[in-house]
Amino acid sequence: MMRAVLSLVSGALFGAGLHVSGMTDTSRVRGFLDIAGHWDPTLAFVMGGAILPMLLAWRMTRGRVPLAGGAFPSPPANTLNRPLVFGSILFGIGWGLVGLCPGPAIASISYGGWPGAVFLVAMLAGMWAVPPLRRMLDRQASHA
Amino acid sequence: MEMAWLYGLLGGLMIGTGGAVLLLGTGRIMGASGIVGGLVDGTGSDRGPTLAFLIGLIGAPALFTFGGWAVNTQATSQLWLLISAGLCVGIGTRFANGCTSGHGVCGLSRFSLRGLVATLFYIGAGVVTVSVMRIGFGI
Repeated sequence: MMRAVLSLVSGALFGAGLHVSGMTDTSRVRGFLDIAGHWDPTLAFVMGGAILPMLLAWRMTRGRVPLAGGAFPSPPANTLNRPLVFGSILFGIGWGLVGLCPGPAIASISYGGWPGAVFLVAMLAGMWAVPPLRRMLDRQASHA
Repeated sequence: MEMAWLYGLLGGLMIGTGGAVLLLGTGRIMGASGIVGGLVDGTGSDRGPTLAFLIGLIGAPALFTFGGWAVNTQATSQLWLLISAGLCVGIGTRFANGCTSGHGVCGLSRFSLRGLVATLFYIGAGVVTVSVMRIGFGI
C-alpha cells in the first residue's frame, strides 16, 4: 500500500512538473531541438531543475534502504553497446518528428486529444514489439 | 509565455522531486519508458504501484486543466508523422533501455556513462531531425 501511495505521489509530481514547465507543449520541445532556428532553451532549465533533487536523492541512497522496503538499484553499468546507441538515435528521431517523449506522451491522455492518443498507441505498440524484435535480431546474429 | 525559463526550472524541480520520491520511497528509477514498457511487454513487476504512478502522471495535468490552467499543446495532426514518430520512440527507448526521464534525469544525476551517451545521441538525433524537417521540408 505504501509503495502504491508513494508511486502515486511521484507520478503526480512528474505530471504536474511537465505541466508547469511547459513540456506538455510539443512546439516548445521541438523549439529546444531547433538550434539552427528560433532556439528555445526552456528544456535545458527543466532538465537542470530535475537533476538537482535527483543528485541529492542518489546521495541519500548511500547506506540506506528504500522507505517502503526492497533495495536500491545497483550502480550503473558502464557498458556501451549498439542497442544503447541505435535505440537512442531512433528515439531522438521520433522525439524530433513530433516533440513527444514517453512521459509527456502518457500524460497527454488527459489533454492531447486524438493526436496524442495516436502517438501513444503507436509508441506502446513499438514497445510491445521490442522483445520479439530482440529475439529475432539475436537469432540472426547467432546464425551469422 | 513570459519567463518560460522560470516555469521550466520550477517544473523541472517538481519532476526531479517526483523522481526522488520514487527512488527513496520504493527503490525504483523514474523512467517513463521503463515503467510503461514493462507493463506493456509483461517484463515489469510491481504492477499495482506502476498503475498508481501512471494515474498520478495522467491525473495531475488533468487537475490543472480542470482548475482552469489549460495545457498548451500543439502536436501535429499528420497521421503518418504521429504513427512513425510513436513507433520510433517506443522501439528506440526500449532498445536503449531509457528515455528523457530515465537516461536523462535519473542517469545524468548519478553520473551514468550510459545515461550520458544515450542523452547525447537522442538530443543529437532530435536536433538533426528538426533541422532537416524545417530546412528541407518546411514542417
